[in-house]
Amino acid sequence: MSLLKSFLLFIGLMACAVSGPSFAQSDAEALRPLINDLAKGKYAETEKQIGELVATGDPAVAPALEALGEGDLYFRKSDRMVFIAHKAGKGYALTDPLTLEPAGEAGRREVTKIKVNNKLRRVLRSALGSLTLMAADPQVRQAAAQAIFKAQDPEGIDALNAALAAETDDGVRKVMEEARAAAVLNSDLDDAQKLEAVRTLSDMGNRDALSLLIGVQSSADGAVRDAATQAITKIRKSIAAWDAAQNIWYGLSLGSVLLLAAIGLAITFGVMGVINMAHGEMVMIGAYVTFVVQELIRTSAPGLFDYSLFIALPLAFLASGLIGVAIERGVIRWLYGRPLETLLATWGISLILQQAVRSIFGPTNREVGNPEWMSGAFEIGQMTITYNRMWIIVFAMLVFTGLMLVLKKTPFGLYTRAVTQNRRMAASMGIRTPWVDAMTFGLGSGIAGIAGVALSQIDNVSPNLGQGYIIDSFMVVVFGGVGNLWGTLVGAMTLGIVNKFLEPYAGAVLGKIFVLVIIILFIQKRPRGLFALKGRAVEA
Amino acid sequence: MMSSFLFRAMDARAGIFLAIMAAVIILIPAGNLLVPEGSAFHVPNYALTLMGKYLTYALLALAVDLVWGYCGILSLGHAAFFALGGYAMGMYLMRQIGTRGVYGDPNLPDFMVFLNWQELPWYWYGFDMFWFAALMVLLVPGFLAFVFGWFAFRSRVTGVYLSIITQALTYALLLAFFRNDMGFGGNNGLTDFKDILGFNIQADTTRAGLFVASGLALVICFIICRSITRSKLGKVLVAVRDAESRTRFLGYRVEHYKLFVWTLSAMMAGIAGALYVPQVGIINPGEFDPANSIEVVIWVAVGGRGTLVGAVLGAVLVNFAKTWFTGALPDIWLFALGGLFVFVTLFLPKGIVGTFSQGWTALRQRRISQALEAGSGEAPDAPPHSPSAPANVTHATPAPKATDPQPAE
Repeated sequence: MSLLKSFLLFIGLMACAVSGPSFAQSDAEALRPLINDLAKGKYAETEKQIGELVATGDPAVAPALEALGEGDLYFRKSDRMVFIAHKAGKGYALTDPLTLEPAGEAGRREVTKIKVNNKLRRVLRSALGSLTLMAADPQVRQAAAQAIFKAQDPEGIDALNAALAAETDDGVRKVMEEARAAAVLNSDLDDAQKLEAVRTLSDMGNRDALSLLIGVQSSADGAVRDAATQAITKIRKSIAAWDAAQNIWYGLSLGSVLLLAAIGLAITFGVMGVINMAHGEMVMIGAYVTFVVQELIRTSAPGLFDYSLFIALPLAFLASGLIGVAIERGVIRWLYGRPLETLLATWGISLILQQAVRSIFGPTNREVGNPEWMSGAFEIGQMTITYNRMWIIVFAMLVFTGLMLVLKKTPFGLYTRAVTQNRRMAASMGIRTPWVDAMTFGLGSGIAGIAGVALSQIDNVSPNLGQGYIIDSFMVVVFGGVGNLWGTLVGAMTLGIVNKFLEPYAGAVLGKIFVLVIIILFIQKRPRGLFALKGRAVEA
Repeated sequence: MMSSFLFRAMDARAGIFLAIMAAVIILIPAGNLLVPEGSAFHVPNYALTLMGKYLTYALLALAVDLVWGYCGILSLGHAAFFALGGYAMGMYLMRQIGTRGVYGDPNLPDFMVFLNWQELPWYWYGFDMFWFAALMVLLVPGFLAFVFGWFAFRSRVTGVYLSIITQALTYALLLAFFRNDMGFGGNNGLTDFKDILGFNIQADTTRAGLFVASGLALVICFIICRSITRSKLGKVLVAVRDAESRTRFLGYRVEHYKLFVWTLSAMMAGIAGALYVPQVGIINPGEFDPANSIEVVIWVAVGGRGTLVGAVLGAVLVNFAKTWFTGALPDIWLFALGGLFVFVTLFLPKGIVGTFSQGWTALRQRRISQALEAGSGEAPDAPPHSPSAPANVTHATPAPKATDPQPAE
């Protein structure tokens, strides 16, 4: 209840702030006698006074009423002026109840608290509710209505009726109607009204309405009870649908993370047939590039912080891509046609890269900040969508589309596909296959680098960042089918969604184990993945 | 017939290896127990345990070499079988603690009391008996390998695909064993062992005994592997490695051969794990780490893929280097290990033993041909280390097939 009270105080203060100082100033003197009358004494008198204050309909009286409820309202014995007072040292610091400006101090014996009892507190609460329901700011009105909804306060019905008559904002009106329905169900009004209320709540259809209706179901009887039961069934169905939608969203989000991590691998493993165990380290390097860029921006140009990711993207692509080309030229090209040896050599490279990063940046996690536009969240229906997850999904799709375009529409993509399908024939046609190999490997590694920029926003940036993704990425590529980017997309999204749907039943770790087992079994059935290459390319 | 099987396993190289092993098994424990502490020949306790650990690693490497070197199955999940064997032994050792645990519960290990478990889970039954635990050390990894292999080989999952799903297997087990409610001690694993077969596990004599047991296990498994690889079965395995489809078309049931050698190898890895645990005194899910499995592969590659002696040598050498590096220059170790991966695959594809024996054979060939050209006219002897493998006895073959690994595709 105290939570509700402080909430109402907050609303009241907001109402004051919004209604504007000039408004408060002009009426302050007219209101002051009414406020001072609160000090008259008896509870009954005080209650009458509260009624008169509310009748003015001026939100400026809200802080005084709130302070009264909290027991912070005092009057000065000498002139019976009323103040909001807080303990300060030996005495009290006084605040003017209307203007909310400091009004000096008073000794402990100079002021007396205005007493309240439980009945008065209740009166105060509904009084504050109706005051804020009439506030000028729609957000304040909405918050007040929501407070009544939570409290299910039947005494709020009259205030709500009045407020509804004056309400112009449709959104706020809806919230008020819901609040009214909640209050009606808790009152002793007739069944017709209650049925109407149940209908309103049933349309509302979220968890709050559900718990309210479950309460109604157990307490009411007859037609109301039946209506509540029906409404509960309906709401449960809609909540289940929303939950599924939320799971799909989480799954897509996880899937796009997997896609980002795996898509570079799909190129090096899928298109070139090279097992790159150092792929995860390319992702890690991309994340560390982001870290370095942000550090530089922090020290030299703090204003650019919101653009740090855009600056980091090309740099990460270049850094990882160049390292990739170096690895291809230095090691992998000697090992073509020996996939198992390639696997071992690139594993060795991954150890070296990890240790190098650990020596340079230290073994601990590094702080990479979220820019303004990536933090926060918004709601659709009953789903909460965080901005960073949403941008990562968008980003993954952009990367995927971009890569598709590069492979399908550019001369470089044409060369790559030609070399993939028939290396010797491509060479005979004048394509420099070693150059294409190096560039393709660089492209795959560069994509891993920009994946690292994205992953730095949602994961810890540490030397072990890449290791966490390498097995998952391989699973995605193998599951989706080697040599096919669409397969990678479908594979990543499927694994992401399956993972998220298993999690509520099996827990995160067990869910992951299930997924691994499912993939192991799946590979038995389709050893070459969902979208297997067909025809001659398979033999190559 | 059995004797000829065993006889064929022997040649000069195997003889030298077994002689060295015999010396190690006898001299090192003797140096620890009999030689007084001040003497130059005294083997300190830590060195004994360390070398015992190397022997179990060598056994693990032998198991990996059997499948990778001879059958072309690159397993990135052998640490899983190693750890399972280790857990089976660890469970026996946990049950032996009895009332001496922190909580003094006669039945439940400490971590179960800590987690408020009331009863022993069913899969812990029987582990208070050594014979049962010893059986499980063989059967659990063997069964897992059999089921996994049966599925994988039947549907012809080969090459890197197989490697990656073996890695997924050990990764899945890693995650599973980290869970507390699996009943295997979760993150902390099993530790705080007191005694084994009634002997105090900390005592010098027990440690020496474990060392000898590891050595003997290594020797026995070496002889088994050697017998297999030198038999007709071994030739088929090499054929599978070098040209799987062709072997299949010749009428061999490739998947049966693979499954047999794969399961056998997993059991050996299990034994290695079981001997490893009492010597280091702990088993935890970290042993399932996919990185461990890959490290085993590099031991084999360093020593010489497809040479059993090479696997043992590689395991001991790399681990010795690891011990030294992590003590003296801890930051350099991963650079060194990573560099080793790259160096060995690029410049030493046959490993130390393979390169050495290739060089030696080439030298001999040259000498023989020089002798022939000089007109001494004597027919050359059979090549040095395969007296009973007539398929290899030709002048044109510089090295026997078995020491010349080629990827299947």
